[in-house]
Amino acid sequence: MENEVKLAAGAMVALAVATAALVVMPYLQVRDIAPPEGLKPYSSAELRGRQVYISNGCVYCHSQQPRDRNLGPDAERGWGRASVPGDYFYDKPHLLGSMRTGPDLFNIGARQPSKDWHLGHLYQPRAYVPGSIMPSYPYMFEVKDAAELGDEIVKLPPGQTPPSKVVVARPEALDLVKYLQGMNHTYPVLPPTVQQATAATQPAPAIPLSPASAATPAP
Amino acid sequence: MDSAILSLLGAFLLSIMGLFVFIWSMRKGLLVENPRAASIIFAPGELGKVDDPAIPGNAQERLPGAVAGPGEGEHLVDPDELRSRIEADHSSAFPVFMFIAFACFWLVLGSLAGLTASLKLHMPDWLVGEAWQTFGRIRTVHLTAVLYGWITNAALGVIIWLLPRLLRTHLVGAMWVMLGGALINTGIASAIGAIGSGWTDGMEYLEIPWQIGIFIVAGFICIIVPVLYTLVNRKVESLYVSVWYMVAALLWIALLFIIGKLPGVHTGVQQATTNWWYGHNVLGLWFTPISVGAIYYFLPKIIGRPVRSYNLSILGFWTLAFFYGQVGGHHLIGGPIPGWLSTLSIVQSMMMIIPVTAFTINMFSTMWGRMHMARQSPTLRFMMFGGFMYMLSSLQGSLEALRSVNQVAHFTHFTVAHAHLGAYAFVTMVLFGAIYFMLPRVLHWEWPYPRLITLQFWLAVVGISIYFVGLSIGGWLQGLAMLDASRPFMESVAVTIPYLQWRSVGGSLMVLSHLIFVGHFLAMALRFGPTRTGAALFTRPANALELSHGK
Repeated sequence: MENEVKLAAGAMVALAVATAALVVMPYLQVRDIAPPEGLKPYSSAELRGRQVYISNGCVYCHSQQPRDRNLGPDAERGWGRASVPGDYFYDKPHLLGSMRTGPDLFNIGARQPSKDWHLGHLYQPRAYVPGSIMPSYPYMFEVKDAAELGDEIVKLPPGQTPPSKVVVARPEALDLVKYLQGMNHTYPVLPPTVQQATAATQPAPAIPLSPASAATPAP
Repeated sequence: MDSAILSLLGAFLLSIMGLFVFIWSMRKGLLVENPRAASIIFAPGELGKVDDPAIPGNAQERLPGAVAGPGEGEHLVDPDELRSRIEADHSSAFPVFMFIAFACFWLVLGSLAGLTASLKLHMPDWLVGEAWQTFGRIRTVHLTAVLYGWITNAALGVIIWLLPRLLRTHLVGAMWVMLGGALINTGIASAIGAIGSGWTDGMEYLEIPWQIGIFIVAGFICIIVPVLYTLVNRKVESLYVSVWYMVAALLWIALLFIIGKLPGVHTGVQQATTNWWYGHNVLGLWFTPISVGAIYYFLPKIIGRPVRSYNLSILGFWTLAFFYGQVGGHHLIGGPIPGWLSTLSIVQSMMMIIPVTAFTINMFSTMWGRMHMARQSPTLRFMMFGGFMYMLSSLQGSLEALRSVNQVAHFTHFTVAHAHLGAYAFVTMVLFGAIYFMLPRVLHWEWPYPRLITLQFWLAVVGISIYFVGLSIGGWLQGLAMLDASRPFMESVAVTIPYLQWRSVGGSLMVLSHLIFVGHFLAMALRFGPTRTGAALFTRPANALELSHGK
């Protein structure tokens, strides 16, 4: 039996160490974190839009984690300051992403607030960004002869609308655009030293942050 | 006290404990070589005899004399040992066939989805009419089908086939194993349907909705319990290294999946670290140990020579177990995670060089002087290629974790190329080789068209080479363009297009090789082709046919 016990016990200890480091420790560190003052909870339309973002797999090409200046020119590209754990307070599931086939979207709402641009860009990205390889999402829109009451007509660049038709956004496109417009994390967060200093006065303790997160607030 | 200091102190204490465990193992005599443990996979008299049921008959007869060392290969193989092996194979044949058949189905579906996703990246207006066709869903269908469908099923087939052999006993509870397989595959099929219709948990590698995950967990439990029963009912004294890898991997994947999918526990940044703890451990603690364990069995078995150093293989196992689990944080370098976590993961990523070096030295010295056999033995060819790619992909992975390299490679197609080097060039090739070895014993029928094996091998090798080289270059250029603030973002997209097209070319060759493989599998299962059942013979007693299949 000695071998079996060694095998099972060793394997479990190895996994327990890894779990402690990558699951339990971050859990203990992050669980008491408070949302930054500038961060608002998602509205119900934004939450629906977030679900559209998830179910269509936007996360596989777009990250939501601007990096610090010493790791890349994310701030120069207008993607915003390096994110901090508090920014993700309301995120279930997290959408940090691992690819930048397209640009980072953490501050897309601040960078591109126009609803018309977003709707049209979802309908046909190449009408706005030549050379884009983002898929078009025609199934989030309807092409009709005439708009009905309450329809949201998409204002497309000349030549993009099918002749004598109108393109109308479906609810999922409208929700998704609400979510994207709400992606604005340009509010200031305190650098970690200040956070630690103020932690004594606050009920929730601030956590020590990585050097990458010690960013200055975006303009 | 500062929690960062606390955690570093914890890591330090754990390392010290690990060191003591290591010293203790050495005191138990692990420093002395142990050829008996390494030879446990051979029956008495079997050393020095080539064993590959996928070799065409005439080539097989030429080989044994060429490889037998002095004093080896001159005796008849002990028939009692072979009889127990036949019994072991007999007890596992049905579940193994079921897993392989499912694996083949998911391989075709998954690789077709992968090719579609690859084409969509440079043809963005192709197949966009329906929601299920969009890139984000097809890509995820590809991932789920190949990772959980193909690799997991094939890996379970290898485990269930190897364990009774290695433990010289019969598989306990084959019906439960099959029930587990049915549950797992029900889960995979439901998950693919769910992802296609937009129902997903939304995290990479953890897309399967947790409600469906219950089926998969139940399936794993139905498999693990019989495996543990088989383990305690073993008739061998010491456990061969493949058993260590495979049983540990089974326990790991079940726990990983349960913890990763716990609903309502993980949020925000902590969920991201859990996500990558899981994402990397699926590769590191499930696919890798299964494939390494398979190489440790099949490679020595085929060339008829035990692994050079049994203790080195055990060292490889424990270092893999302790270091691999903590590397997941390197997927979030520069992200909003605590700094100590990135550092820990980078350090452990570098430590992974130890198990890989142990494996490589061991395999190279075992193969020394017998590499030419890969010309004749299809299984050996797949295993050698896979083993070599394990070394490459693991070393590349360690380097990719370094901040300077990660800065460029992170967020680009370079990572995708690396993932395919590991999951395809290493894991999938090893599984192909294992299936070529196993199925003749499972089905009691030879592979009908040996030339197709050669064709499949070269298509897969050329395909993955084009894929990996092209996409690595493209990804690196993409990363450099993204880091240069003076170049607009769209340049980082434009620079990848030719390489994405090459990826589709390589991917097409890989899909073609899979169609050949699965077609060959079907031809064999349906008993097509010439009647050949005697290729793998060394002895010719009255029950020669039975014995040859038992080997």
